[in-house]
Amino acid sequence: MTPAISVTGLTRKYPDDTALHDINIAISGGTITGLLGRNGAGKTTLLRILAGQEFPSSGSVRVLGAPPAENEDVLRRVMLVREDQAYPDIKVGQALRAASWFRPNWDSALASSLLGDFGLRAGKAVKKLSRGQRSALGITIGLAARAEVTLFDEPYAGLDAVARQVFYDRLLADFTEFPRTVLLSTHLIDEAAALFEAVIVLDRGRVVLDAPADVLRGAATRVTGPSLAVDALAGGRPVWERRQLGSQASVVIVGPLSPDDRERARSSGLDLTPLSLQQVVVQAAAGVLAPVHQTGFETERASA
Amino acid sequence: MPEMAGLDEGTPLFVQVADRLGGQIADGGLAEGARVPSTNELAAFYRINPATAAKGINVLADGGLLEKRRGIGMFVATGARKRLLARRRAEFAQRYVEPLLTEAARLGIDADELFALIREAGNEREGASL
Repeated sequence: MTPAISVTGLTRKYPDDTALHDINIAISGGTITGLLGRNGAGKTTLLRILAGQEFPSSGSVRVLGAPPAENEDVLRRVMLVREDQAYPDIKVGQALRAASWFRPNWDSALASSLLGDFGLRAGKAVKKLSRGQRSALGITIGLAARAEVTLFDEPYAGLDAVARQVFYDRLLADFTEFPRTVLLSTHLIDEAAALFEAVIVLDRGRVVLDAPADVLRGAATRVTGPSLAVDALAGGRPVWERRQLGSQASVVIVGPLSPDDRERARSSGLDLTPLSLQQVVVQAAAGVLAPVHQTGFETERASA
Repeated sequence: MPEMAGLDEGTPLFVQVADRLGGQIADGGLAEGARVPSTNELAAFYRINPATAAKGINVLADGGLLEKRRGIGMFVATGARKRLLARRRAEFAQRYVEPLLTEAARLGIDADELFALIREAGNEREGASL
């Protein structure tokens, strides 16, 4: 099957900076993918290029089978919800109506029900909305558009935890009913982790991790205990982050532990804690790459 | 972290979904022949990606514990409960007895003392006899 999004050798240069450096990704249709990484890693640039709002310096970008840049046929089917979307001086209801004109799959019943969930009134002027309410409006438009490719770029500035849970729940429910390709950029990895089928992590404009989410859960284990025992178990394996406190040590062992390893750990008094998806992503985003590659996690960056 | 009806982030979610379903079959909550929750029902219940939920169901289906009835859904296969219980018995020593022995050794509790403790705990439970 042709991927919904396919990017090959994409580089985006600015006069004094390279925002994206030889990006290669393929995202299957009908999946929710997390786009993760630190500030300035290149997430927004990538999303803007996918939405046809910015252009590659070199490389190939295909969305729904064709380059998105200045391609009306593709862009009608692609929706980008930005972190701080600007609106003209209109009312909430008018903003929704305007959005509906350009969106062939627009569902106004869904839009109304989302407004209700977020406590937004259609008659309120957009410029009088709080930051969180503006985010809620962006999310409402993003979901109600049911675009075949929906890109969320940190869509919830100013939204409280309850409203964010509304977003996750409604996204999941509507995605289940109307599968589409969703790419969600977020810093709140723990919150959103369970939504992702795959994650892509960018670091300084490069892809440092590209893997199914469930492959990363528990793919690394923190081992803590007497340092001799810790080092004996870790010996010869890729490790991240060694810490020492007196006779105690703690390291992250990358890769699966066998039942034998677990038995050894238990008998030598070692504590084993599997890393969460967020913890693995943080390691990747911090530029710890080589061990990730050695364990066979898929990564686009074979050598730095 | 959002609440995922008891799932945790340290183990692949599809494995946990499969374990939960297997647990329900083993303790009779899902009887043989009963319809198993659909992918979408599981996704909504646990708040997880439906593809992840589907993978969890497939683990059990591939193991012959579930059977597909075309157009209706997945059902608990005949003999599934017996097989799951047999597997759990096989894992009992490793999952429960080994850690018990390790901690007992660490605390200097010898075998006689350990047996006595188990008997005592058993006696305190109504109807338990060891």
